[in-house]
Amino acid sequence: MSNRLINWFKYASPQSFYPLAGKLIPWFWALAAVFGIAGLYIGFLVAPIDAQQGEGYRIIFLHVPTSWMSMFIYLVMAFWAGLGLAFNTRLSGMMAQALAPTGALMAFLSLWTGALWGKPMWGTWWVWDARLTSELILLFLYIGFIALQAAIDDPRRADKAGAILALVGVVNIPIIYFSVKWWNTLHQGASVSLTKAPSMAQTMLWGMLLCALACWMYSIAVALMRARSIMLERERHTEWVRALLDPQPAGKE
Amino acid sequence: MYWNSFSDFIAMGTHGPYVWGSFGVMALLMILEPWLIARGRKGLIARLKRQFRAERAERNPMDSRRSRN
Amino acid sequence: MLTLVRAVIGRDLRLAMRRQADIVSALFFFIIVVSLFPLGIGPEPDLLRKLAPGVLWVAALLATMLSLPRLFADDHRDGTLEQLALAPQPLGLVVLGKVLAHWLVSGLPLALLAPVLGLQFDLDSEALWVLTGALLIGTPALSGIGAIGAALTLGVRGGGVLLSLLVLPLYIPVLIFGAGAVDATVTGMGPQAHLSLLGALALGGLFFAPWATAAALRIALE
Repeated sequence: MSNRLINWFKYASPQSFYPLAGKLIPWFWALAAVFGIAGLYIGFLVAPIDAQQGEGYRIIFLHVPTSWMSMFIYLVMAFWAGLGLAFNTRLSGMMAQALAPTGALMAFLSLWTGALWGKPMWGTWWVWDARLTSELILLFLYIGFIALQAAIDDPRRADKAGAILALVGVVNIPIIYFSVKWWNTLHQGASVSLTKAPSMAQTMLWGMLLCALACWMYSIAVALMRARSIMLERERHTEWVRALLDPQPAGKE
Repeated sequence: MYWNSFSDFIAMGTHGPYVWGSFGVMALLMILEPWLIARGRKGLIARLKRQFRAERAERNPMDSRRSRN
Repeated sequence: MLTLVRAVIGRDLRLAMRRQADIVSALFFFIIVVSLFPLGIGPEPDLLRKLAPGVLWVAALLATMLSLPRLFADDHRDGTLEQLALAPQPLGLVVLGKVLAHWLVSGLPLALLAPVLGLQFDLDSEALWVLTGALLIGTPALSGIGAIGAALTLGVRGGGVLLSLLVLPLYIPVLIFGAGAVDATVTGMGPQAHLSLLGALALGGLFFAPWATAAALRIALE
């Protein structure tokens, strides 16, 4: 038990996390590729046509996973941010910073695929539906986080300020979602029914789950890649980065 | 296999542009993002290496000359 | 505790009174933005009545945001903020006082001015009352949430634009319930539900925002 605890904290320092992340990245890429190919194979080649929505429903295999990831990444980001604020660890801030652009990308993709799905299904690119609107606001929150961190030069302060913003965002997300939902039910003008296919075929569900796993693995791989760059950049004054990039002949100095 | 022909597959009923539009953009961005990160990382490593070498040369001119040759 | 909050409010109000031009220009900004809308979309009274709640509320959000960058900047520059952070009194209470003072010079005048502008949009008297009430209840939440953004962007380059980027998404619930209250009155549904939710937001904002703001200020002062 105590042994495991020590190992855990060992990887909390950038110096030992850097090589570990380097070793893990190819695995996550491989998993992302496997899950992605399997999910797309089921989604595009095995799953039958949807009775109501035609072939266009296949966008669901991209749309739902990206929506899930965009929300999940925000939670993970806020978790790291809170951890960094509470325990003052260097790594957590870097992870939060590394996750934000990927989360924003997922939110954007979710909106994009949603628009391309909505056009053939509902005849419009955009509806002010509660879910779409909340997703848009989530994208704004990501952009605010990225902009705040980019504007502050001192990385420690950037981490902490970003952490507070992320936590305030997490507290606000349910309020925002609730208010948007309320607003939407009051303003229900167009007779667009947004209920998604109620009974989903087994194969569709599998395809979607596999695609979601692929997105998950992709996000981890990309976030680790970005975290590694951030580590090098921020720790460039430390000995381990120097030893890594500029190895000295043994016995010198 | 569910599709009759490849052109059927591309057409996606009548929804081809929508399906491939979302799929294409997603694929593009998912290739672009890691590529940008990898490129940024290469630039960063090159910059840091140059900086470290310069600092070492300042500290110890003999040593750096030997290791560069 | 209360005396501390009152002292901070009194001090900030005195400082604000020395700079009346700031308050007045924020108010004129509000008036001008609201008056631009009819010029942009045309003078049909039906259309204007429908748009009025949203237009007035969006303009109010933007107008309260104008003065936010100044909320802590002056105290930060002359070192007062550092003194306050070192004082034994909790910084959160100081922030609460500053937030309330900010509301008194930005939110309150907006709320009192809004009915006059509502007349331009052909709102009836009941809707005007609700508009004033909603602004009175909702603008404290705007000051509270805005204070978090102001503290986070304190001393950051490009702070003003960044502040709006951070704060505006968080203003959305206030906007929805505030404009919704007026809208519900116009359509005859009654504003009570919206107003009570707005009140809950304002109370929650005034309760939690000062602590988040205080944490952000300590980071900025490090």
